[in-house]
Formats: sequence, C-alpha cells, structure tokens
Amino acid sequence: MSPTKRKLIVDGVRLDGRKVDEVRPMKIECGVLPNANGSSYVEQGRNKILVGVFGPREMHPKHLADLRKAVLRCRYHMAPFSTDPRRSPAPSRRDTELSMVIRNALEPALFLERYPRASIDVFAEILEADGSTRCACTVAASVALVDAGIPMRDLVVACSAGKVNGEIVLDLNDIEDKEGEADLPVAYMPKLGKVTLLQMDGVLTQEEFDRSLKLALEGCKKIYEFQKEALKMKYGKQEEKESVEQD
Amino acid sequence: MSQLFENRGFVVPGDVLAEGNLRSGENTYRLHGKIHATRVGLVEYSRGVVSVIALEANYEPRIGEIVIGSVVDVDLSGWVANIEGPSLALLNVVDALDEPFKPEMALPSIFDLGDLIVAKVVSLGRDGTPKLSTLGSNLGRVVGGRLVRMTPSKIPRLIGKKGSMVNMIIKETGCQIVIGQNGIILVNSKERDMEDLVVQVLQKIESEAHTTGLTNRIYEFIREMKEKRKR
Repeated sequence: MSPTKRKLIVDGVRLDGRKVDEVRPMKIECGVLPNANGSSYVEQGRNKILVGVFGPREMHPKHLADLRKAVLRCRYHMAPFSTDPRRSPAPSRRDTELSMVIRNALEPALFLERYPRASIDVFAEILEADGSTRCACTVAASVALVDAGIPMRDLVVACSAGKVNGEIVLDLNDIEDKEGEADLPVAYMPKLGKVTLLQMDGVLTQEEFDRSLKLALEGCKKIYEFQKEALKMKYGKQEEKESVEQD
Repeated sequence: MSQLFENRGFVVPGDVLAEGNLRSGENTYRLHGKIHATRVGLVEYSRGVVSVIALEANYEPRIGEIVIGSVVDVDLSGWVANIEGPSLALLNVVDALDEPFKPEMALPSIFDLGDLIVAKVVSLGRDGTPKLSTLGSNLGRVVGGRLVRMTPSKIPRLIGKKGSMVNMIIKETGCQIVIGQNGIILVNSKERDMEDLVVQVLQKIESEAHTTGLTNRIYEFIREMKEKRKR
C-alpha cells in the first residue's frame, strides 16, 4: 500500500462524478452469443464482462457428476488486456477463488436437484476490469442463466459498498477499491430477501459495517432494475404485442 | 388469494405471482405461502392455478415426445444420442429394429456416429435418462433437409391447437416438417424456395409466439410471400 493518500471524495463528489450513494450506470444485454444456451454482456463503469452459460448438459468428465443433483461450474477469467499493466493469461489464484465465490453466490438460486448427473457451466470473461468485477460477474451470470431458460428461484444481484476517505460509499471502482480502506461485496436475492455472498476486505467498525451492508443492499435493488430491464428488452416485446392485439 | 400481476403480464424469475390458496402450475414454485416464477415469461391465472408461459426454457424430456438428436456413441447393444436435454439419451437395438437382433448385425450400419435421428421418448430412467425408440412411422435416420432451432417452450405454438398451425404450413408450402419437441425442426422439400419460406415462417413464429391470432397472420404471411415469388 502506498503511503500517499489521494483525496478520492471532494465535497461529497467522487472521482467519476458520482455521489457517495450512487451506483455506476450499467448496461446489460442478453442473448449476445449465438452458440451458448444463454449469454449476457455487462458494462458497468469501465467494467466490460461477457458471460456464456451452457447446460444443463451431460457432465464431462463423468466422474465429477453428482448422482443426486446437477453440478454448477463457474469460470471467472480476466483477459490479459483487461488490466493495466497486462496480466498473465493463465488463471491465477485469484481467478480460481472468484470462480468459487461466484459459484457459491449463484447456487442457492438454482434448482440443481432437478437435473441429476448434469452440469451447468458458466463462463465469465472480464474484458476490461474496473473494480467490483465479482459483483458485475454475478449480475451478468444470473441474467445469462435466465437467458438459458434454466429455472431459478430468484435473480441474483450483487453490489459492493466500502469505506473510502473515511466515508461509506456504494459501488466501488478500481481506484477506490485499491486506495480505499474497506470493500464489502454483497450478492442478494431481492425477492427472497436472502444474501448469498458476503465478503469483506479491510477494516470496518461494527457500526460502519452495518451501514455498508445496508447501502450495498440498496445498491443491489438499483441494479436489480437494470437486470429486469435487460430481460424486458429481449423478452418483453412479446408482451407489448400481446396487449396491442387485444385492444 | 390474490393476484399480484395482470393476467399475461411479463415476469422474471423470483417474482411473487400470487399469495394464498392457489395451485402452483408450470414454471412456478411455492415458498412460505407465496408462488414465485422460475422462468422469464408471461404469467397466467386460470381456475385456481398460477403458471408461467416460459419465453425461454431448456429442454426437459417427457414420455411420448418426438425428438431429433445426433448419435454420439455406438455401444455393443445400442446407441447414445444427444437430444440437447439435461442428459444423453439411450437407444437400444431392440427399439431400433423391427426384426430380431442377430449378433452378426453391425450397429454402425444401422445408425453411425454423427447420424441425425428422429426418435420417440418411450421411458425415463430413475435418474431421468431418456430411453428412445425409432420404431414407428416417420422415425429413424434423417437423410436430408434443413434444420431450424427454436426454444423448446415455443414448440407447442408451432404445432397449434391439434396441429392447426403446422398442418396449415405444410398445406400451404408443400414441405415436409418434422418437429422435435427438443426445439430442433427438420424441413424437407423438393423446392428450395419453399424451404427458405418455411425457415422464415419459423423465425416469425419464434419471435411472435404468445400473440393471439398467430395462425391467421402466418397464413397471410405465407400467401404474401408466395405472391412476391411469383412476380
């Protein structure tokens, strides 16, 4: 950690012009990969993420199959050109961990027991990274799962909150994440009111933690609207036609 | 008992569709007295049942359905086929031959690796593995034609009430159409033009499924396109 502390918040305005409790504008598009069963593309600030979903399909290699339920497999991978400086294309320790984190965040939303021996594969490729990528990946992956027609208990939304320059802020970007004091990524099923991922990096007091968690959940609800909009963009048209015809 | 959406309103997974004493139908589940959606689609409230007409669904095989799949493995006593479901499907020789099986018969000469087959799901194993049969009219190896894909949940729309839609298309275009419930459709005709037309029609049905009066509109569309071709 560099000892030089930059001021990241001036008069309640952050480096990218947001207020402390504002999420970055998000663009979600689904059904972008013709060869995947489901897919989505997400832009959040400078984050650019592409997710493809395959399955449920026969598990390969067979010995990994579970006789009782489907197995969800996730791959989180950062492209070499996604960060500055370039990173090695080989999956790092961090990639492996985040793959597991995203899998655990998505699993409670799926009816895995309906597809014994099968596998559901989620591939998330980070094309450009700008902080909170695990959250953006979870958001993108859950839209892609819906696009694949896989039954789900609820959408999974994720958002981070944290502490920067002593203030609790929502949806950290790369600089805030690196130079801030704490980062708290949260994944949440909004309609069931259940948290499926909660991590913390840094130091927060009990009171700051409570505030951050509350703020992150607020952020999740905002991002949920983006998700719904994306699905409506692809599928909602059919509803409009329906109502026009009935008139 | 309370409806929380308009009938035929757009819902996403997780949306609470109803509370109280209603039955949970297709693409929904019940939790703590509330009925939630499991897929994107249009909610339908009818006579005490809440269901969702899925706009996107993966294929789940059911007994009696016709499917189109490719042979991915040849065993000693049968074949393994990929029907794009949650697991691979099995086809035993006795379900593929209408004569007694003799050991000197070579399985690959009946269906070989990579062959496309039209088959019927005759049973589901304990773990949901489908067993297929190719005995019956119009079943067996695919020898020609064009393949079109559609979301499996929209196949009923393509068939129509008692086959009204597909029969109309067959009558108007003179094409042979084999519909796999797994979302693979085989179109076969001597006239290339007509095949092209059917592919267009299928795409139109895919994007306009769940609208009312679709059969009539498709009929108009085919007539119009045929007129254009004549000119």
